[in-house]
Amino acid sequence: MEKSIQTKNITVKVFRFNGDTDVLPYYKEYKLEVSQEDVVLDVLNRIKWEHSGSLSYRRSCRHGICGSCAVKVNNKGVLACKERVFDLIDLFGDELVIDPLNKQRVIKDLVIDKKDFWDKYDAVQPYLVADVEEEPEKENLVTPDEVEKIADADYCIQCGACYYSCPVIEVNPEFIGPAAFAKAYRFTSDNRDDAKIERLETVSQMGSGVWDCVKCFECAQVCPKDVNPIDKITRLHQQTFQEGVAESNVATRHAVGFKHSIEQHGFLDEGGLVFYSEGPLGMVQHIPEAVNMFKNGKIPMPWNLPKSKNLEEIKKIVKISSTAKF
Amino acid sequence: MAKKLRYALYTGCTAKESTPELLKSTLAVAEKLGIELDIIEEASCCGASHLQDFDDHLSLVLNARNLCYAESREAPMVTLCNTCQLNVSMTKNRLDFDNKLKDRVNQDLSEVGLEYKGVSDVKHFLYAILEDYGLENLKKKIVKPLKNFNVAPFYGCHNIRPSSLHGKNNGGENPYVPNSLDQLIEACGGKPVDYEEKNKCCGFHADLQAPETANKLSGNALTGAVDADADFMVTPCPLCHLNLDVKQKKAGEAVGREVNIPVLHLPQVIGLALGIEPEKLGLNHHVVKAVYF
Repeated sequence: MEKSIQTKNITVKVFRFNGDTDVLPYYKEYKLEVSQEDVVLDVLNRIKWEHSGSLSYRRSCRHGICGSCAVKVNNKGVLACKERVFDLIDLFGDELVIDPLNKQRVIKDLVIDKKDFWDKYDAVQPYLVADVEEEPEKENLVTPDEVEKIADADYCIQCGACYYSCPVIEVNPEFIGPAAFAKAYRFTSDNRDDAKIERLETVSQMGSGVWDCVKCFECAQVCPKDVNPIDKITRLHQQTFQEGVAESNVATRHAVGFKHSIEQHGFLDEGGLVFYSEGPLGMVQHIPEAVNMFKNGKIPMPWNLPKSKNLEEIKKIVKISSTAKF
Repeated sequence: MAKKLRYALYTGCTAKESTPELLKSTLAVAEKLGIELDIIEEASCCGASHLQDFDDHLSLVLNARNLCYAESREAPMVTLCNTCQLNVSMTKNRLDFDNKLKDRVNQDLSEVGLEYKGVSDVKHFLYAILEDYGLENLKKKIVKPLKNFNVAPFYGCHNIRPSSLHGKNNGGENPYVPNSLDQLIEACGGKPVDYEEKNKCCGFHADLQAPETANKLSGNALTGAVDADADFMVTPCPLCHLNLDVKQKKAGEAVGREVNIPVLHLPQVIGLALGIEPEKLGLNHHVVKAVYF
């Protein structure tokens, strides 16, 4: 018996812009019949070959490895050559809107200028820094356990889907961003690398570094290669403490302050935590807010601070389970 | 419903301090719906993703300990804060899939006579209502529908992303087009409004070190809701609430707008529709007052 191919009719709206002729970008609508075998790249190819030869988009390997073809469909970052259209129909229905990864950086249609992405990628020295002897006497051994630590970070194909989904990038152009952080981790966790400290110093700068991450998990959600950049960002945070790179500032004291608060109360002493993080001078900026909170019953008096039952047990856990120092 | 719902309630810190109205309204709603909530008073802070930046092992042991107290109550854990939900379920996920790690954590827990087994599920109160109590059952109890109100749902990151972690405890919510809060607003008689920022980040976790970033993200969310003609916003996360309510003035300034929109906690919205008096839901604690109620 012949297996039938299931098809569906969809409307695709594609972002179009040609700087030579268009004053403003616009969406061009196409009606297509798609099968369960089609990926987004098939849709783009058919539009280009059958409807509009002037449509521009990047594509190369068609195997999910070159990272060229990332676009957004209904605001979800996808690799066009990997994402099945039927899966998108399940998520969004039969009207799909295809956008470039970033509308402000469009060169033409779906092609963007990724210079900002590459500049930040370069900033973390995305290569092994090591003095390798030309004729080594023995192998440079890396154990399977050590490989496992960096494996998923090494799967990154620089498609930019995470970078252009990161909300911090949108409001803080200095932020290095998830892809480059994952790459930095890939080398800070490689025992052959000699630039660990230098890399950690780069990624822990205030304003551009890991402390400016808002922990929204957009990068983990969007990554088509399961690199899980936020996990690598967390590990970079931990490494800055482990390697003594972390400087005392509002962000590092905030992280450490949780331990102190938990040790003292079990639950947080929220006001105490802000004080510990900011110091007396930094507290001044919070006064208007604190007054407002106090007026509305949002700051308990010191004698009413919540304390966990079995606090002694928590104190003991903090004592025996602590592994980090600052 | 076949049998009475019973949960071990992990309040988190914020519901006990800067958003007391969240705990108050949760308990009032649970009582009205006949849901038993046994508060885990032995619990500690979840680390809020910040202790995790400093000491991974300590945060794992503390969260495993919190889960032990749900297990000893022989009940699933219910959380009130998206970030608690994230950190507790991330711990659970890592321990349940890595026996070596679980053994190492249990070795520490055995020093205080505890053992993490992995038998209690953990879900946010939003999904306990939606998945376990059921919207149809809730609808039957609505006596004061929020008619004529346009309500902007604000989902908060840590209940919906990453979907690979949350999927089995949030009804498979689509992080790009979430609709649980929308459904809940509708069940309570309100009209959910759609806006671009409803599944975006409020910036809370960078509040201290990068206030400009946090304020702009919150400002975008607030103005998105206002421009969608919302009368008020609703969120299941007390950390989002702090940024959107307590810091609303600064957030508005960061995006060059004067904003004035009340932000309600999820159980407050349910409570109002169930006919619970506003005082019992702690509406007086808000900085931007919900003047309609």
